[in-house]
Amino acid sequence: MIGTLEETHNIQRANSGAVVASLEEVNKNYGDVRALRNVNFTVRAGQVVALLGPNGAGKTTAVKLLLGLIQPDSGKVRVFGGDPTNPQNRMRTGAMLQVGKVPETLRVREHVDLFSSYYPKPLPLEEVLGAAGLEKLRDRRFGDLSGGQRQRTLFALAICGNPDLLFLDEPTVGLDVEARRGLWEEIRRLVECGKTVLLTTHYLEEADALADRIAVINQGEIIAEGTPAEIKSQTSGKKIRCVTALSVATLLQIPGVAGVKRDREAVEIHTGEAEPVVRILLSRDPSLSGLEISGAGLEEAFLSLTRDNRENENHQN
Amino acid sequence: MSTIAAALSNTQIERSINHTATIYLKEGKYEFLKNLRLRVYTISVITFPLMFYVLFGLVLNAKEAIGGTGVPTYLLATYGTFGVMGASLFGTASGLASDRGLGWLQVKRASPMPPFAYFAAKVFVSMIFSSIVVALLLMLGIAFGGVRMPLAEMAKLCGTLVAGSLPFSAMGLAIGYFAGPNSAPAAINLIYLPLSFCSGLWVPYMFLPKLVRQIALALPPYHLSQLALGIVGAGRHEPAATHWEVLFAFTLICLGVARIGFQRDQGKLYG
Repeated sequence: MIGTLEETHNIQRANSGAVVASLEEVNKNYGDVRALRNVNFTVRAGQVVALLGPNGAGKTTAVKLLLGLIQPDSGKVRVFGGDPTNPQNRMRTGAMLQVGKVPETLRVREHVDLFSSYYPKPLPLEEVLGAAGLEKLRDRRFGDLSGGQRQRTLFALAICGNPDLLFLDEPTVGLDVEARRGLWEEIRRLVECGKTVLLTTHYLEEADALADRIAVINQGEIIAEGTPAEIKSQTSGKKIRCVTALSVATLLQIPGVAGVKRDREAVEIHTGEAEPVVRILLSRDPSLSGLEISGAGLEEAFLSLTRDNRENENHQN
Repeated sequence: MSTIAAALSNTQIERSINHTATIYLKEGKYEFLKNLRLRVYTISVITFPLMFYVLFGLVLNAKEAIGGTGVPTYLLATYGTFGVMGASLFGTASGLASDRGLGWLQVKRASPMPPFAYFAAKVFVSMIFSSIVVALLLMLGIAFGGVRMPLAEMAKLCGTLVAGSLPFSAMGLAIGYFAGPNSAPAAINLIYLPLSFCSGLWVPYMFLPKLVRQIALALPPYHLSQLALGIVGAGRHEPAATHWEVLFAFTLICLGVARIGFQRDQGKLYG
């Protein structure tokens, strides 16, 4: 019953809000490197959307486009229905980016004070420090902070202006488990206050814990999109690997087989449950050899999803 | 109805002049604190000119004169120029190159900060540190070098030197846009030190080799130092207007180069 309620709530959040940020048919190249290819992507009001993908997939490029820090080669980027570089849009957005170096001689509260001054209605300093867990570090210079504390300071700068839309690029990188959970709680609290959040991550667990919708991105292309439940159903299950005389077409006929991929002389079969499929395989092909069954754990399955997305599209069909 | 609502919400988030002034003040305040606490900056920008002045102007040649002007007074003008140039170049170029190259400027650009506030703060703080260096040199000269001049002349000397921060801040912005984050300090020194020598800031102009004297005429620090020397009755007594014109033109060129870098960054950034 509770599950159903939550699902309903999620679906409402997933579909009802107005579009606050979008990429339409966006292409972006850096020299010869194609960072994004025909990317379509929308974020609706009140949602948490996770852009999930391995390093170098194009997540940061998507965020920078939405922040107006770079321009697309083709396609449209819109935030609050307009140009992301519009100063008034920027007053409604906050951003946490991956930064190599932040001025180290300024104190935490000084950084927050300065960024707060940019916004028309900033949150009180105490509230920002509290939300980011920085109360005790307020007078610490940035250069004297640990990696996790630095991340939390950058998070504080993103939220201090009380923005409607938050971009968080890999917000929990470098955080220990406890700090990561703390940040998740904080993001959930922001969403309860009606904020919209776009976050990028390479942890499926994180996207699952926070997001209403997940877009999986790999090599500049969005290869899967849906609710966490939908994404997980695409990526969970078992992987059966064997050498068999059966053709790929035959294998796909077996009930429960979600996908088949040739890998040198062997085939890899993706399925929800391994046992019924293995029973059929062994009865139909006595010569079958090299049988291996591995559990596609969430992370592992996600990796296989992103490793070669074209094969994976075949699986879905 | 909806247009009225839109207009209302627009006026609500439009910034008042007061708010904008507050942003500029805070940007300047924190830029100042940032540099003040940065030992590399304060040592290279304040200590070096003072040390040189004490050594060459107050300890070694204090009783001598150059063309009728006492060495402590003469070197006050040239080391003043040297100090202003250092404060301005390091105050703008190294911070900008590092902020640009290592991502901090992107965080700022993604925020609603007025872009001009960032540059204005750097130039403003360069002028503050220039004033500090000039004031300290002057105090040393008066206390230990017997430097004496009317108050109005003193004010004019300080004002001219500090105004001279502007061309070098512009130069710093140009360097900051084209130097890498880690190589910027080296790049600055590579420009700053030879420029100082060739402009006659360490060794007075007339003692420089002939070739260097010819080069000096094309160098901005030469023109600023000649303006300062003119005020204390030394130097080569060329018309002040020419020096101002050269410095002005140099400022415009540097700002033009910085603008190219700025626009390049808007279009393309790493990663």
